[in-house]
Amino acid sequence: MSRQPVTRIEGLAAPFDVSNVDTDQIIPARFLRRPRDTQYGTYLFHDLRFDEAGQERPDFILNRPPFRQAAILVAARAFGVGSSREAAVYALQAYGIRAVVAETFGDIFFGNALKNGLLPVRLPLSTVNALRDAVAASPPARLAIDLEREELVAPDGAKHAFAVPAFARECLLQGQDEIGLTLSFLPQIEQFEARRHTPTV
Amino acid sequence: MSPRTLFEKIWASHVVQSRAEGIDLLYIDRHYCHEGSFHAFNALAAEGRPVRRPDLTFGVADHYAQTRPGPIAGRAAPPDPEMGRLIEIFDRNMAAHGIAAAGLGDPRQGIVHVVGPEQGLTLPGMTVVCGDSHTSTHGALGAIAFGIGASEVAHVLATQCLWQSRPAQMRVRFDGRTGAGVGAKDMALAMIAMVGANGAQGHAIEYAGEAVEALSVEGRLTLCNMSIEAGARCGLVAPDETTFAWLAGRPGAPAGAAWDAAMEGWRGLRSDPDARFAREVSLDAGALEPMLTWGTSPEQAAPVSGAAADPAALPDAERRHAAAQALDYMGLAPGARLEGLPVDRVFIGSCTNSRLGDLRAAAAILRGRRAKVPALVSPGSTQIKRAAEAEGLDRIFTEAGFEWRESGCSMCVGMNGDLVAAGERCASTSNRNFPGRQGRGARTHLMSPAMAAAAALAGRIVDVREYAA
Repeated sequence: MSRQPVTRIEGLAAPFDVSNVDTDQIIPARFLRRPRDTQYGTYLFHDLRFDEAGQERPDFILNRPPFRQAAILVAARAFGVGSSREAAVYALQAYGIRAVVAETFGDIFFGNALKNGLLPVRLPLSTVNALRDAVAASPPARLAIDLEREELVAPDGAKHAFAVPAFARECLLQGQDEIGLTLSFLPQIEQFEARRHTPTV
Repeated sequence: MSPRTLFEKIWASHVVQSRAEGIDLLYIDRHYCHEGSFHAFNALAAEGRPVRRPDLTFGVADHYAQTRPGPIAGRAAPPDPEMGRLIEIFDRNMAAHGIAAAGLGDPRQGIVHVVGPEQGLTLPGMTVVCGDSHTSTHGALGAIAFGIGASEVAHVLATQCLWQSRPAQMRVRFDGRTGAGVGAKDMALAMIAMVGANGAQGHAIEYAGEAVEALSVEGRLTLCNMSIEAGARCGLVAPDETTFAWLAGRPGAPAGAAWDAAMEGWRGLRSDPDARFAREVSLDAGALEPMLTWGTSPEQAAPVSGAAADPAALPDAERRHAAAQALDYMGLAPGARLEGLPVDRVFIGSCTNSRLGDLRAAAAILRGRRAKVPALVSPGSTQIKRAAEAEGLDRIFTEAGFEWRESGCSMCVGMNGDLVAAGERCASTSNRNFPGRQGRGARTHLMSPAMAAAAALAGRIVDVREYAA
């Protein structure tokens, strides 16, 4: 089954000045049992966005206009570390986030994001910091991310090159069904199994 | 052939197909799933795909397992019916696809990263994956083992393979031997404090050195478990006589002639003497003290004689900010001494520290004494629970005032009802001290089972070396 290709993302960006954002923060564990329905976006950063009584914390960035409508997060360093929960990606997407810019990402989150068409954009920390200041200073600031050219266009028009692993990029641009692609190598997989026996359960 | 690391040897023997983009189609020998894998089964169902090799996957119910005894397969009714529903869905998925599983009530049930090795289902030289970041645990047996997300779980179920780019190689050496009261958990926390919570990002860690060789397999499982807390893709230890002796006779391990044949391959599973590592880090095991975390990242750890950070003394703005936020969440003053810090609750369990050796280490401290604060122990597997009961450890725990629970992820994950209340300070043998990890507002201090036991007795953080009998 092919996917929706991802080529270019343009939208309002929110400054999210937090480093070491673990996936427990992105979606607390108690929401992982919930189905992926229309409520899913409300779990995003739940305990940072809402107080104990369920009221919005006015100081949280996504609770402040115009950033409520953000499609891109400009974070800091080490976004999406810790637990492998892909629900962190689902929650970001359900809220409307389509790309996250940071210096580094947790390895598993980075992979999960690419599989789902959420773009993790890695840029040097100085660039990330400058972009965050730019989108915070002149709202509503928009960023454009071109996956084909691997280029992010800042509000001032400056272009910043980033890199996405070639295979993942190709899959995203083509809307490639990865399982289908792998199954096209079925003869090779079967040959491997014939020559190397794996103990069964 | 140029010298290769252990990791590179195992990787090379699992490449089905390489692509020009620097990515390999890697064969997966063992896949473990749990209740949280439901997104992947939903994805397969939506596309009408079968599970290609159900005989290479094993399922364990752990994340939502209730640890209180009761009428549902020996467990209490969950506080939220949705938790019970996920266990039912797990059972249904396992049955529908013909996947062998240890659900609730099965004598093999436990935490997936405890059960897999215990059942001999993880073996040296294997590639192992599971939709859980602590899959790195299994590397202790000399396997490439890493956590994956739901999309990759679906990919493995459908193909028994994964497209992967090869991580860089990093070696962490522990020279010398640890002293009394210092063990694998302290080694792991000291390593993470040194390299940072993202310090091993993009790397596979091989643990080596005298102190690693001296560790039991249980200790190596603890050490490899925490690899992800340094940001590593995985961690592994070269298999040796300790490994082989531990594996022999386990249900999934080969026997007879098959064992001899397997051993021939396993003996070659070590890094060549001249193998190149992109990074090398070494620690003096003899200088390590019992460690614990003071903040909200596993890298915010210090020796028990030490103190929480003083943000003003930190070199850069980012770390000052992170430390200040962590201190605020943890309710600690800058530079607060760790010894003497009152705790409200103690948890002994999780895939990090719940094995028989962990329970023995805690019981040795607790024997004949009483805890001053509420404390809970959840053995890593039902088998470990039975073995502990057979040697009387359960009585030591209960006489000390601990709750002796059934096996599951319990209070490590904050998703099954075992929770730390907001503002409570918990001495915990688990692996993550993230804000809210053990419950909203919970304050977690990670430490070894012996340290946690001593904290229970004192009602505060103490140096287990001064508290031992």
